[in-house]
Amino acid sequence: MAVDTTALTTGADVTAPVRGARKGKRRRLLFLRNAKAITGMAILGFFGVLAVIGPWIAPYDPSAVSTAILKPPSAQHWLGTTHLGQDVLSQIVVGTRGVMVVGLIAGVVATAMGVLIGVTAGYIGGAGDETLSALSNVFLVIPQLPLIIIIAGQLPSAGGITVAMVIALTGWAWGARVLRAQTLSLRRRDFVEAARANGETTWRIITSEILPNLTAIIASGFVGTVVFAVLSQITLAFIGVTSVSSWNWGTVLFWAQGNLALQRGAWWWFVPAGLCIALLGTGLTLINFGIDEFVNPRLRSTGLNAGSLRRRGIRPRVGFTPVVHEAKEQ
Amino acid sequence: MKFFVRRAIFYVITAWAAVTINFLIPRMMPGDPVAALIAKNQGRLDSSAEQALSVLFGLDSHASIWTQYVQYWRLLLHGNLGLSFSYFPTPVVEVIKQSLPWTIGLVGIATVLSFVIGTLIGAGIGWRRGTWADMLLPVSTFFQAVPYFWLGLLCIALFSVKLGWMPASGSYDRSMVPALTPEFAGSVIRYGTLPALTIVLSSIAGWILGMRNMMVTVSSEDYVTVAHAKGLSERRVMFGYAARNAILPQVSSFALSLGFIVGGTLVMEMVFSYQGIGWALYTAVSNHDYPLMQGTFLVITLSVLVANAVADVVYALLDPRTRQEG
Repeated sequence: MAVDTTALTTGADVTAPVRGARKGKRRRLLFLRNAKAITGMAILGFFGVLAVIGPWIAPYDPSAVSTAILKPPSAQHWLGTTHLGQDVLSQIVVGTRGVMVVGLIAGVVATAMGVLIGVTAGYIGGAGDETLSALSNVFLVIPQLPLIIIIAGQLPSAGGITVAMVIALTGWAWGARVLRAQTLSLRRRDFVEAARANGETTWRIITSEILPNLTAIIASGFVGTVVFAVLSQITLAFIGVTSVSSWNWGTVLFWAQGNLALQRGAWWWFVPAGLCIALLGTGLTLINFGIDEFVNPRLRSTGLNAGSLRRRGIRPRVGFTPVVHEAKEQ
Repeated sequence: MKFFVRRAIFYVITAWAAVTINFLIPRMMPGDPVAALIAKNQGRLDSSAEQALSVLFGLDSHASIWTQYVQYWRLLLHGNLGLSFSYFPTPVVEVIKQSLPWTIGLVGIATVLSFVIGTLIGAGIGWRRGTWADMLLPVSTFFQAVPYFWLGLLCIALFSVKLGWMPASGSYDRSMVPALTPEFAGSVIRYGTLPALTIVLSSIAGWILGMRNMMVTVSSEDYVTVAHAKGLSERRVMFGYAARNAILPQVSSFALSLGFIVGGTLVMEMVFSYQGIGWALYTAVSNHDYPLMQGTFLVITLSVLVANAVADVVYALLDPRTRQEG
């Protein structure tokens, strides 16, 4: 066993500084220095640009029928064609906008609700807190996807904005719960007490003392909600609850499944859309890891892989968590 | 005891909220889709069924909302959820009764398996931090971001269409008559393996990541150091000291994420045409069968609540602190 007794000698050899030369100025860009955050931002940026310019750069009209039926990827159709000869690449490129817009709207609305309810609950305390946190716990426990499905299924026409609203209405609870816990712990801190003793208004205490300290949590809650919204929306489109006439990645999968793409072996029809979802989701998750590591230095080293630990001269052991960046800059 | 009372009250409130949401949704929707359905089936519905549907969906606009609510509860307590239109004229309760065991079998087994395996793997790689095992982390991040149903599609394409190892859809061989015979059980297992495998594959990542992070945190606790210093065996320290404490947040997050997982696995049933609750919901949605939609949502929510309560009891058994309070 590699670990054995060395657990006792931790600490001493943990902080071995590796690269001492460059410090100082890089500190403020800590978040952007994080490799995970950069990768995540790059992926998000890519899809963001695609969402804006997608309809212009798509090689074909995504709904246009042609004679090239169910063709595998070729020079004309990079991602092949559907059973009607539609270009799969164009469908995905054009569909990006729908996915991103719904994700963004749902994320913003749900985060706003979460902040409003969570911070209020944490700050006012007492009976109001009990009620609000019971409310968010109820929404946490009720399975969201079936709820979204039955609401969207009963709406006469479920377009993008409606779906985003439904997702936001059911998905705010997690953020509210986390924010409430954090607000509770902030509420009794000295700087908040000081502001209160100075006679600041409640509104000012919340907006300029408490909210700035919640930024990272709000940001990661936002990113998490966007992931949830994207997945839900695509699932809804896939099972045909929402309008299947506008393109998004879920609609592509809906038509693929409905027209036996699996049985016909038309992998180019359903693989790319799923990969896009996974890539976008991974990008957002990476951003979240970046935020977490930015906030909690302890996690910075746990996120490092074996190779980079070795490069930094840190031998991983049971029983210690090296705080890598901090140790370097002292 | 205080812990259990608090939780029990919470579950009662949540169940009430779920029923009330179910009551309100059709009443808040624009238009009266159910009225149209009833009109379409005029003559095929007997008067008591029509009566029940109008109570369930608030078609009787003369009655006050409060009277409607009381009538609604009365119907529910009598186990009357109306008639299903897609399986006309089977009552919704009957449809649910037939599909629920399949879902509990498939989703239940797969979820528990994924929790147990994921927690064990997470404990392993959390303990051996900084070795090749860390390679699993980016992989599991990726799997977490993949929608459940798409993984299902890939598995069908690979294992049943390309390799022909497993059947692509259904829950048992249709040429067999359901009975308690070894052949039938074998068929059920054969048909259930692929969906179960897919559910495990897509939900395991979260458990691995959660357990790993907890192991990393716990392994720097003093009691772990002391256990090492006492010269206890590696295995004993890992399972008896570190994992034992790291598992607590796992159990509570199991309860919290159950709703999410169940939602995802229901979609899996849709992909595999597996005749459980998810499939019933899918049929309901694609046929505009509103009574069945409402009924499945109610059953799904109540089942998740029961599972949550079980997780709470397990948590209380694992963590003596919850039992000591009050």
